[in-house]
Amino acid sequence: MYPSRFRYEAPRSLGEAFALLAEHGDEAKVLAGGQSLIPLVKLRFAAPAMLVDINGIPELAYHREDADGSLRIGALCRHADLERSPLLPGNHPTMAAAAPLVADPIVRTRGTLVGSLCHADPQGDWASVMLALNGEIIAQGPNGRRTIPAVDFVVGPFQNALHPGEIAVEARVPAARGTVSGSYLKLERRVGDFATAGVAVAIESVGGQVIRAGIGLTGVGAGNIKAVEAEQSLVGYTLDPDVIARAAELAAGAARPKTDHRGSAEYKRHVVATFVRRALSGYRAPVAA
Amino acid sequence: MEERRITVTVNGEPRTVEIEPRLLLAHLLRQGLGLTGTHIGCDTTNCGACTVLYDGRPVKSCTMLAVQADGHEVTTVEGLGTPSELDPVQEGFTTEHGLQCGFCTPGMMMAAKALITENPNPTEEDVRWGLSGNLCRCTGYQNIVKAVLWAAEKQRAASAAASTDVTV
Repeated sequence: MYPSRFRYEAPRSLGEAFALLAEHGDEAKVLAGGQSLIPLVKLRFAAPAMLVDINGIPELAYHREDADGSLRIGALCRHADLERSPLLPGNHPTMAAAAPLVADPIVRTRGTLVGSLCHADPQGDWASVMLALNGEIIAQGPNGRRTIPAVDFVVGPFQNALHPGEIAVEARVPAARGTVSGSYLKLERRVGDFATAGVAVAIESVGGQVIRAGIGLTGVGAGNIKAVEAEQSLVGYTLDPDVIARAAELAAGAARPKTDHRGSAEYKRHVVATFVRRALSGYRAPVAA
Repeated sequence: MEERRITVTVNGEPRTVEIEPRLLLAHLLRQGLGLTGTHIGCDTTNCGACTVLYDGRPVKSCTMLAVQADGHEVTTVEGLGTPSELDPVQEGFTTEHGLQCGFCTPGMMMAAKALITENPNPTEEDVRWGLSGNLCRCTGYQNIVKAVLWAAEKQRAASAAASTDVTV
């Protein structure tokens, strides 16, 4: 299966990349890990006239924690880098739980978190994580940088908020306060399938009392869902069984699943409630080291 | 359409070819270079039969452009060992009967090679996890897992022997 013909350039700097995008406008697509874009062009669901391959721009290959505890993930940081990162397990448990559950191990070698967000597949895992963590995407263009909250970044299925000529150069997770807990739980029929349902939970607490809660849902709606009412129901409380049960019920209520070959809508709602309860009870998905 | 000249080091040997940018790495290997050990199973990034090592890390070669390999190193199953000197992974698959029809085997072996290079002492769970991007439709996973564990043990023994040689 061959993609239709396209021009290909591999700029060595962001400046060169912006010049190429400016020249080709809407006709150009940015190629990072390619684990979504290449299948799309192979199946001819997309036929860009020009691919601008950013893999040769080494300054985009990083992830780091700033002094204030915020996390920055460059556009060429692969899922596999995050999966193996010593930075995540302690301070970023939701990120650490999600990284090994994205796609499959071989796809994770190439695929990137930022690219996955840009692809804006309604079934994507990272968007739920970013919604739960109040993440942001840094878009850069020839005229500078701007910050787009994750909640505004996806504007529809496979549509993001980037302007023509811009590149999503970084995803950012703001610093947490207090004690951090959370997880990402995903039900999939087999590795590499889209989630039947997935739940990202991120909690910040002080003295056992929740000061911020984030809950993102995967695979149970037309896009990733930020379960705002469920989040708010937790703030100011300690995570006792009644509080957890209420949040689980609210999150299930925020889900808009459809019955399909992965399960009935009712079943998916039940899974959402179960995952919220488990994540809030400190359950960690068993993951091989 | 514009062709471009790229040089890819395939199994240790620099190969210069002229290709269209839309050519997939899997097709360069199979049709361009005649290395048909790399199989194309699904063509949709699911099955892992086309797994090769790209700068030492496992990738699905149906989901990379050949032009992206310009200046990089690719190892295919043909580069794993020779008939007279099999790689421990190949020996493991032979000894433990890690295949039935053999179609998924090249991809399985390349994924396994990457796995035991990164983690020389994997548990059974590590192996199942590490190979979860490679599908076998003969339902032969049990022996594939045994084959990889066998290979890891063989590789550990070989590197232990090598380090003993050095100290002696």
